[in-house]
Amino acid sequence: MIGRRRVLTLALGAAAAAGLAPLPARATPEEVQALIRGLVGEGTLRRGRVKLDLPLLVENGNAVAMTVAVDAPVRGPDRVESVHVFAEANPLPNVVRFEFGPAAGKAEVSTRIRLATSQTVIAVARTADGQLWSDEVELLVTLAACLE
Amino acid sequence: MRVWGTVLATALLASAPAASVEKRSGYADLGPQTRAMQDDDGANPAFLWVGRGEALWRERPPRADGAGPAAQSCQGCHGEAPVAMRGVAARQPAWDAAAGRVMNLEQRIDRCREQRQEARPLPPEGDDRLALSAYVGLQSRGLPLATSGAGPAAATASLGERLFGTRFGQFDLSCAQCHDGAAGQRLAGSLVPQGHANGYPIYRLEWQAMGSFARRLRNCMTGVRAEPFPAGSEEAVALELHLALRAAGLRVETPAVRP
Amino acid sequence: MARALFNVPKRVRRGELFEVKVLIQHPMESGQRRDDRGAIVPRDIIHSLSCTYNGDLVLRASLFPAISANPFLSFHVLAEKSGTIEFAWQDDQGGSHSESLPITVE
Repeated sequence: MIGRRRVLTLALGAAAAAGLAPLPARATPEEVQALIRGLVGEGTLRRGRVKLDLPLLVENGNAVAMTVAVDAPVRGPDRVESVHVFAEANPLPNVVRFEFGPAAGKAEVSTRIRLATSQTVIAVARTADGQLWSDEVELLVTLAACLE
Repeated sequence: MRVWGTVLATALLASAPAASVEKRSGYADLGPQTRAMQDDDGANPAFLWVGRGEALWRERPPRADGAGPAAQSCQGCHGEAPVAMRGVAARQPAWDAAAGRVMNLEQRIDRCREQRQEARPLPPEGDDRLALSAYVGLQSRGLPLATSGAGPAAATASLGERLFGTRFGQFDLSCAQCHDGAAGQRLAGSLVPQGHANGYPIYRLEWQAMGSFARRLRNCMTGVRAEPFPAGSEEAVALELHLALRAAGLRVETPAVRP
Repeated sequence: MARALFNVPKRVRRGELFEVKVLIQHPMESGQRRDDRGAIVPRDIIHSLSCTYNGDLVLRASLFPAISANPFLSFHVLAEKSGTIEFAWQDDQGGSHSESLPITVE
């Protein structure tokens, strides 16, 4: 019956070689906390005002739709200056940093990000008057079937 | 390996659905964010290729013999694509009398370039060929798939149907076992789709790029640890025809987004 | 053959918030992947993108390798007066690109 089946000898060879390659290191929650500390300094980080919108079950970690929005104005003394997004278990924890200028409509941006594995994603927003707000989302990342 | 294939197949088929199941595009299996990506031409990365495809449609490619540009661009012979190409992708693959075989859209584009434009064929799976087939395919978006397996195409359609039900690879699985028998169930966290090829070429999130049906078929066959049918081979085209017939009536979604 | 698609409305009303979408063709090579021989494929990404409106800053984004291939951004701008929406982006190769689109505010 061997003749009826087609054996992928090429893939076996490649798989054997690839199997020996080390997986990328992952960031740790501690590293991310240290990054956030560096950002936040001595300030108090509070939950709220910033909303991180991510699907809880991710079909493919290569392109995860993310919207980050801050409930704060984009002009005036209490305007949002920046929003940072971190991924706790990606090889590199920094995802993106947004800075809003005077011509911004609102403090909200949508993009697509890569997530290496199931993890917690954290957003930290800083306002011009020194306030620091955060949000986090814990999500599951599934792997695609039938790769090349 | 056969043992594992049997275990896998048994696990998948343990709660097999009822015999008659409504046709369901892969779109229906997408999460809301991925659907939104497909629905918005301004957010669908495939439109980066579509834009290139439109430019290619209008330009005269260099001749294969190096004697300057081709006599005509696609537009020069066909006119505006939204008119000339409307419905074309919805009827592929189709019997071609001149070639004496069933041909898919990419093969037709290749032939036009080689024979009518006397240009070098575009590299398969290259950005330009994907761009042209995405642009042409877009002109059928929203139309129901309407290929024909009748007349001279019948032998190819029959081969495709037989291959769809044939077990392949170390896992010894057929397309039908997963995509007819276990569609809607989950395989290691991923939803098993019915596997209708109604949106090609697609932007696949896993590839982070555009790809053709041939590329996706390669993934499927590698998935069961089988030697994939080469793109453009009799078997690959037969399977593509069978899939198109199986999906008849589903709307063309080219360029679709899939995980 | 890197393309960029910008979705900017052609005309808007003063005081209105309008949405802008950017889609740039770029592999955003993370520097984490390995090739067939096991060697790291070097990082090659678009690392900065900014949008200005008649010269005033709308948004500045610092992108890291966790931004997906073919980066996409959408955000809102406050319509003040007619002019241009400008986009500028820089990549790891030292490349600097820009694009300007007209906008009419009535």
